[in-house]
Amino acid sequence: MPSMVDRIEQIEAGGRQAVSAAASAAELEEVRVTWLGRKAELTAILRGIADLEPAERGPVGGAANRTRKALEAQIEERGAELAAAELETGLVEDRIDVTLPGSPARAVGHLHPITRTRRLIEDVMVGLGYRVMEGPEVEHDFYNFTALNHPEDHPARMLQDTFYVDPAGPVEAGDGPRDVLLRTHTSPMQVRAMEAAPPPIFMIVPGKTYRRDSDATHSPMFHQVEGLAVGEGITLADLKGTLLAMLREIFGPDREIRMRPHFFPFTEPSVEFDVSCFRCSGTGTLNDSSRCGLCKGIGWIELGGAGMVDPNVFGFVSDSGYDSDQITGFAFGFGIERIAMLRHGVGDLRLFFDNDVRLLEQFS
Amino acid sequence: MKVPYSWMAEYCDPGLEPGVLAERLAMTGTEVERVARVGPPDPSGFVIGVVSEAGSHPDADRLSVCQVEVGDGLRTIVCGAPNVAAGQTVVVALPGAVMPDGNRIRKAKLRGVASEGMICSEVELGLGTESDGIMVLEEGLAAPGTPAAEVLALDEAVLELEVTPNRTDCFSVYGVAREAQAITGAELAPPPWQGPEVQTGGAVEAVVSVTVEDPEMCPRFTARAFTDVTIAPSPKWLQSRLVAAGQRPINNVVDITNYVMLLTGQPLHAFDLDLVPGGELTVRSAIEGERITTLDGIERELKPGMVLVCDRNGPAAIAGIMGGSVSEVSDSTTSVLLEAATWKGPNILKSSRELNLRSEASARFEKQLHPALAERAQIVAGKLFTEICGATVVEGMVDVSVGMPESRELKLRGGRVERILGMEIAIDEQAEALERLGFGVERDGSDLVITVPPDRYFDVTREIDLVEEVGRVNDLDRRLPATLPAGSDAVGGLSRQQTLQRRAEDSLRETGLNEIVGWSFTDPGEAARLRIAAPDPRATPVTLSNPLSEDQSVMRTTLLGSLLGAAQRNLSRGAERVGLFESGRVYLPAADVGPGPLGGDFPGKRRAPANELQHLAALVTGPLDPPSWSDTREAADFYALKGVLERLGAGLGVPLTVRPGEQPFLHPGRCGEVLASGSSLGWIGEIHPAIASEWDLVNCLAFEIELAGLLEASPLGNEVYEDFTPFPPVDRDVAVVIADEVAAGEVLAAVREAGGPLLVDTAIFDVYRGKGIAEDEKSIALRLRFRAADRTLSDEEVDPAWKAVVSALEGLGGRLRG
Ligand SMILES: [Zn+2]
Repeated sequence: MPSMVDRIEQIEAGGRQAVSAAASAAELEEVRVTWLGRKAELTAILRGIADLEPAERGPVGGAANRTRKALEAQIEERGAELAAAELETGLVEDRIDVTLPGSPARAVGHLHPITRTRRLIEDVMVGLGYRVMEGPEVEHDFYNFTALNHPEDHPARMLQDTFYVDPAGPVEAGDGPRDVLLRTHTSPMQVRAMEAAPPPIFMIVPGKTYRRDSDATHSPMFHQVEGLAVGEGITLADLKGTLLAMLREIFGPDREIRMRPHFFPFTEPSVEFDVSCFRCSGTGTLNDSSRCGLCKGIGWIELGGAGMVDPNVFGFVSDSGYDSDQITGFAFGFGIERIAMLRHGVGDLRLFFDNDVRLLEQFS
Repeated sequence: MKVPYSWMAEYCDPGLEPGVLAERLAMTGTEVERVARVGPPDPSGFVIGVVSEAGSHPDADRLSVCQVEVGDGLRTIVCGAPNVAAGQTVVVALPGAVMPDGNRIRKAKLRGVASEGMICSEVELGLGTESDGIMVLEEGLAAPGTPAAEVLALDEAVLELEVTPNRTDCFSVYGVAREAQAITGAELAPPPWQGPEVQTGGAVEAVVSVTVEDPEMCPRFTARAFTDVTIAPSPKWLQSRLVAAGQRPINNVVDITNYVMLLTGQPLHAFDLDLVPGGELTVRSAIEGERITTLDGIERELKPGMVLVCDRNGPAAIAGIMGGSVSEVSDSTTSVLLEAATWKGPNILKSSRELNLRSEASARFEKQLHPALAERAQIVAGKLFTEICGATVVEGMVDVSVGMPESRELKLRGGRVERILGMEIAIDEQAEALERLGFGVERDGSDLVITVPPDRYFDVTREIDLVEEVGRVNDLDRRLPATLPAGSDAVGGLSRQQTLQRRAEDSLRETGLNEIVGWSFTDPGEAARLRIAAPDPRATPVTLSNPLSEDQSVMRTTLLGSLLGAAQRNLSRGAERVGLFESGRVYLPAADVGPGPLGGDFPGKRRAPANELQHLAALVTGPLDPPSWSDTREAADFYALKGVLERLGAGLGVPLTVRPGEQPFLHPGRCGEVLASGSSLGWIGEIHPAIASEWDLVNCLAFEIELAGLLEASPLGNEVYEDFTPFPPVDRDVAVVIADEVAAGEVLAAVREAGGPLLVDTAIFDVYRGKGIAEDEKSIALRLRFRAADRTLSDEEVDPAWKAVVSALEGLGGRLRG
């Protein structure tokens, strides 16, 4: 008959095999009960050690305890293995459809294209050393016309072109029924700013302006940016350089500028300025040799008016240190909508004030 | 101003393609809208023909079969014009020629007779606006077969100039010729008025007398008389120039007045002298209710201030604008009184606007002409009357004038041009430029002394105007360098308020709202629809005297109307989600004129007429979030929008509080006043359902605050670091049952006040109504956090503060819940 120790070795071999074969946590538990449970042979051996011959007790007891520990360790190890595998299986089964759309985060809103364009222009001009200032929209005739060298009977002063404010209403009425108006340009701030501070001045004035006109290219309310640089030694060439730097920031580094002599009451010399077309690179012709629609084949896009501050305007602020023999300066103005329309291909000015979210949400 | 190229070239031919000249004009200050062509697109194929035979068509009454000599032999041409006859010199379009309307002439059979071309009318050639038949040229004008373009302005380029209002000289062909000379250097012919002066007075005074009652309105009135006038159509060359310049030929007398106006810039008016009783004319202001029938056949009512040329019986012409039919030149006219006057420009502009009547004459007069031009026009017209109408000139000229304005001398200082333009132009070049432009120039050391010609009298009045003239004709576009202001030490930047305003706008954008830009004007009924009534200043808007329409006739006093309108429009177009904001101005009565839109006055010595405040407002209706498959979204409620408002405040470091408030357009139970550090900024609430429904909206939340106050409260950029403590807090929760009308804000304020310095944070974590709580009560659960900076707090230390909190809650009528 084989010795008890041999039998224990057989049990250990059998037990190990059974543990390895266990394919699930449940099976492993069965294995544990079979080989280490109360009714297991090894448990019986351990329980019966006291009944053995004293000489056998040591070797048998030692072998049985080692085997039990070995099996327990192996079961634990196998249990961990099985748990990990089962977790994996479970995860694989716990699948979701990753192709469904995500639950939306709080939607991000959109700034109005006029705000975005205004900020772009402000940032460019701040980089060139300008401050941003704002002036009143309900304005005195004095600032809007008189001090900007418009003669008493200038056509722009006609009721057909300019919105006048009822002096009987709640306004600080001035000198007569036509004193208060909605500013027709941002230029009144030229005079306000010069009244308020001696030269030099480098400022831009973005803001709303109003004219009595309404169609696809004219809106009774629109936005302009005014620029004013006044000091000693400022020239028309500086105006050209400044506008060129600004337009290159807005429309791209390859742009050129063109200045055409023109007439405005409050600048002399006066010019209109154009930027070379960014769609056809100023050639007027597209790659497929068709005529460029953006610049209408001219290669240049008209943007705004500018010029050297007229000595008569300085005359209105001579108290504040502006002597046209000492001080020169340039001013320019252009429409914010015009820039936005060109940059974003919006064809109808009125769309900007319709505020349809389908337009607004295109500009992020 | 339409300038036929060949007409200008008679005085100055720069030898440039019209397109190239147009470009140079545009770059020197005279915009050219386009270069148009008169006549057929290609003049080849149009030749002079002589009709040698004109017989009737065998099968068609109205057609003639003609034999026409066209240089290379006779051609048979079928012609439908009633006036065709043998011996006529005509224009023939040969097969292959393309007509102005795009039709190509082909050999064709007309009712069985082969026709090899077409005899053309003025209209068919694009040379006229009406014709009674074919164009019949002067006999012997040119040999048969001569290209028609050699004798007719068939290939005429027309420069359509957009002349700036200061350049009255360029409203004339000769003025444009002078300009072409100045910018190209091509030679300029002497002006057409050069020659002997017309003597004032003389025989004419026996047949014409003029009284000017208001010399201020009429600084000069000249008149000449012509007898033995034969009214007839003008010669073709004159007609075709008029047509090319956009004028309709009428008869030789009227055509001459138009021709001279186009050439010299001075409008003229011809009266039938026999229809001016006694040849007496009086210039005076109109009398209230006076009427005149003008040459266009319309009877017009006149107003005082409008200046008239009257005969003994009443108005004969509206000065400078349009003549009257009473003494209109007609086929039976035999003597003519020719007026060339100078009118006060602004008055002409005003009258023409009031009458809603603009003419070529008024367009020139309204810009103010120099009196010297009147005489020039009389000289040129006088010659033409003799040549074309066979008229006899009555010797002399009636001239009622306040005298010529004093001649103007200006100094152009050396170095001034460079100082303004930033580019050097040698003094000789400066002098040459000004001379070419017609100025008198004399050297005085390094300065130039300039005499201004009449053509530029009202335009060039100062040294700076000369600088501009010198610059623009000296290739400014090519020569001007692009520089930046030298030695500028200007530092650019946004002001603190501007930076914060952007942050506030960005913050609303980030909460999912879209920015709108609303109209500054609104309809005067808006305040009433929002139930805003006096004495609320928002009920008294700034009002326009001349709005485009009633619904844009007052300036808005709140942004709410713009937002409601935009929400309504978007929803009606099927928008899913409407969350909008606006950052814009409102216009309030001057009575409380205070700061500018962002705080601080507008610069300048005169105060702004109205109080313009920058507001920030938002409006939400429906869910704030976009739709999703995973859950159902709820429409935004008061607290959703309040969250947006609080986030706006947090973005600027300003804790915003809301206390119950009142606005006429808000749900009375869901209406709050927004405050920052105790001062009121605006309102938040649910739009009153009855008001919302006026804009077809339901469940609509909004707020509006004044931006300046918010920005002022912001510590942004000025924050001071506070060390944080490592010691743990002691948290205690409390639930208090309290009357429903006690606002949560009051509870929080009382707790914070009572908690003392150890109470560092208080938050509401539950509000409960229902089972176990009386109907008019609620339970508010608060979490209080106590902490000291320098030690771990013991319960014993917290207890006094805790007791103070409890008694404060009891002071509000609350009792602690189990
Ligand atoms: Zn282009």
